[in-house]
Amino acid sequence: MSTALRIEDLTVHYDHFTALDKVSLEIQQHTTLGLVGESGSGKSTLARVIAGLISPVQGQVLLGSQNLGKKRSREQHKKIQMIFQNPDSSFNPKHTIRQILAEALLFHQIVDRSHVDRRCKELLASVRMDESALGRYPHEFSGGQRQRIAIARALSVEPSILIADEPTSALDVSVQLSILELFNKLKSELNLTMLFISHDLGVIHAISDNVAVMRQGRLVEVNTKEQFFTRPSTAYSRELLSAVPKMPTSQLSGGFL
Amino acid sequence: MSASPILEVEELSLAAGSKTLVSGVGFSLDRGESLGLVGESGSGKSLTLRAILGLLPRGVEQVGGTIKSEVRAAMIFQDPRKSLDPLCPVVRQVEEVVYYRQQVSRKAARTIALELLEMLGLPDSLKQTDRYPSQLSGGQCQRIVIAIALACKPGILLCDEPTTALDVTVQQQILATITRLQQELDFAMVFVTHNLAIAATLCSKLCVMKQGSIVEHGDALSLLQHPQHPYTQMLIDSVLPLPELEGSASV
Ligand SMILES: Nc1ncnc2c1ncn2[C@@H]1O[C@H](COP(=O)(O)OP(=O)(O)OP(=O)(O)O)[C@@H](O)[C@H]1O
Ligand SMILES: Nc1ncnc2c1ncn2[C@@H]1O[C@H](COP(=O)(O)OP(=O)(O)OP(=O)(O)O)[C@@H](O)[C@H]1O
Ligand SMILES: [Mg+2]
Ligand SMILES: [Mg+2]
Repeated sequence: MSTALRIEDLTVHYDHFTALDKVSLEIQQHTTLGLVGESGSGKSTLARVIAGLISPVQGQVLLGSQNLGKKRSREQHKKIQMIFQNPDSSFNPKHTIRQILAEALLFHQIVDRSHVDRRCKELLASVRMDESALGRYPHEFSGGQRQRIAIARALSVEPSILIADEPTSALDVSVQLSILELFNKLKSELNLTMLFISHDLGVIHAISDNVAVMRQGRLVEVNTKEQFFTRPSTAYSRELLSAVPKMPTSQLSGGFL
Repeated sequence: MSASPILEVEELSLAAGSKTLVSGVGFSLDRGESLGLVGESGSGKSLTLRAILGLLPRGVEQVGGTIKSEVRAAMIFQDPRKSLDPLCPVVRQVEEVVYYRQQVSRKAARTIALELLEMLGLPDSLKQTDRYPSQLSGGQCQRIVIAIALACKPGILLCDEPTTALDVTVQQQILATITRLQQELDFAMVFVTHNLAIAATLCSKLCVMKQGSIVEHGDALSLLQHPQHPYTQMLIDSVLPLPELEGSASV
């Protein structure tokens, strides 16, 4: 197995605040790293550095053996796609869903103009949405529907690395399950490597091979999924796992049934 | 045994043009009571809340039914960043709401605002330097939105996925804060969530929505333990399991 993405000693400051403090991390090809941790610990910041949206004061991002500098080529941009935590702000409100999807397809030359419409429909179907969505505008959709459009757009350009920042948090559990299955299917079809950020530990368990935990700008634990969920190595991870809300049935089964 | 409900929704129907989005939705709530609204993405949960608040998006209209309520409602919107003013620092935003809604002095408004923020676990540094929404993380913005809703001292608190952007320990803390304030202030709550475990912990009643209608409703615990509708059953089956944490005292 080879390394798809390597991060070395990344440090990011916002004014005087250190949002990332010498973070180093490796993701092996064709694996998914789940990233969890405290709200405000720097997860989205890390995602934005990898996607090339902010530059660190120190450290580097390596894609395979390529060092990604401040200015990235179109090809490098295409290879790393990101699904944002709040997809709304990443859509042009004046564009229809067709325009939003077609723009990415044409910019990265995924299909030629005559096939764009068909590809758009396939993309919507893959996130369980009806093709009638194509002519409508982002504000006409529910939160979960917009999130699925963002997923379709990111996958449309066939990236090799996908960074997903809370991509399923607005979805009901049944759609969530089918989207996670979609991610897993694409992972093998497109040989995708993923960095998957979520507060939902059930989701992290379903999608990850390895889990990294952040707190206050630092990585406090990187572990295999199995280890993390049953025998985490830090007290903070244990605290997280213990705080997961539980379904009532598990406590009450064996009652008067 | 209780007095009349403080919120009654009957046969509510909403539409955009000729397209029906919500149809025949009804429920009622007493003071201090919590109702969970769960179900399909796109089934009309957010629109129902907006109808109660009296703030439907442009293009969507109420085409049937009634909403009766005597008290002021406040809403925590699904997308926290979008419901904040991007050009106004966040502590300022909370302060303004306290000042106008609670009619106290500027100085008292600031104190109350800072107390709320501390209760919700926001960074202490906000006390010295206020920040714009874009300078906060997703979960921090969400807590600002919660603070603003609570600062309104509502009779009904409408919550649309208020804790999805929070890590589970902060989530636990926020839910405890909301529950405590609910006991103190006795507001009613409609709580939209995709997390069935949270709905069960927080709410005594549940409504399950699909395609604009309520397909099943009832007492939260019995509904989740003995679902009648196949859609409810499917939702419960889709909850992702977690392995047992070793060395944890399981209750
Ligand atoms: N533009 C900015 N200026 C100043 N501070 C910022 C800025 N953006 C983020 N921060 C701070 O940096 C820290 C990390 O933010 P980040 O968005 O990476 O957190 P996160 O781990 O994604 O949190 P969440 O789980 O809540 O989304 C936070 O404490 C936040 O307040
Ligand atoms: N402004 C609008 N114009 C037209 N249709 C709309 C508008 N807003 C929402 N809709 C449609 O109304 C339906 C209900 O939307 P709503 O936002 O209430 O769903 P929801 O249950 O909150 O879903 P989610 O869990 O994904 O947030 C959706 O099918 C959506 O496409
Ligand atoms: Mg974030
Ligand atoms: Mg909604």
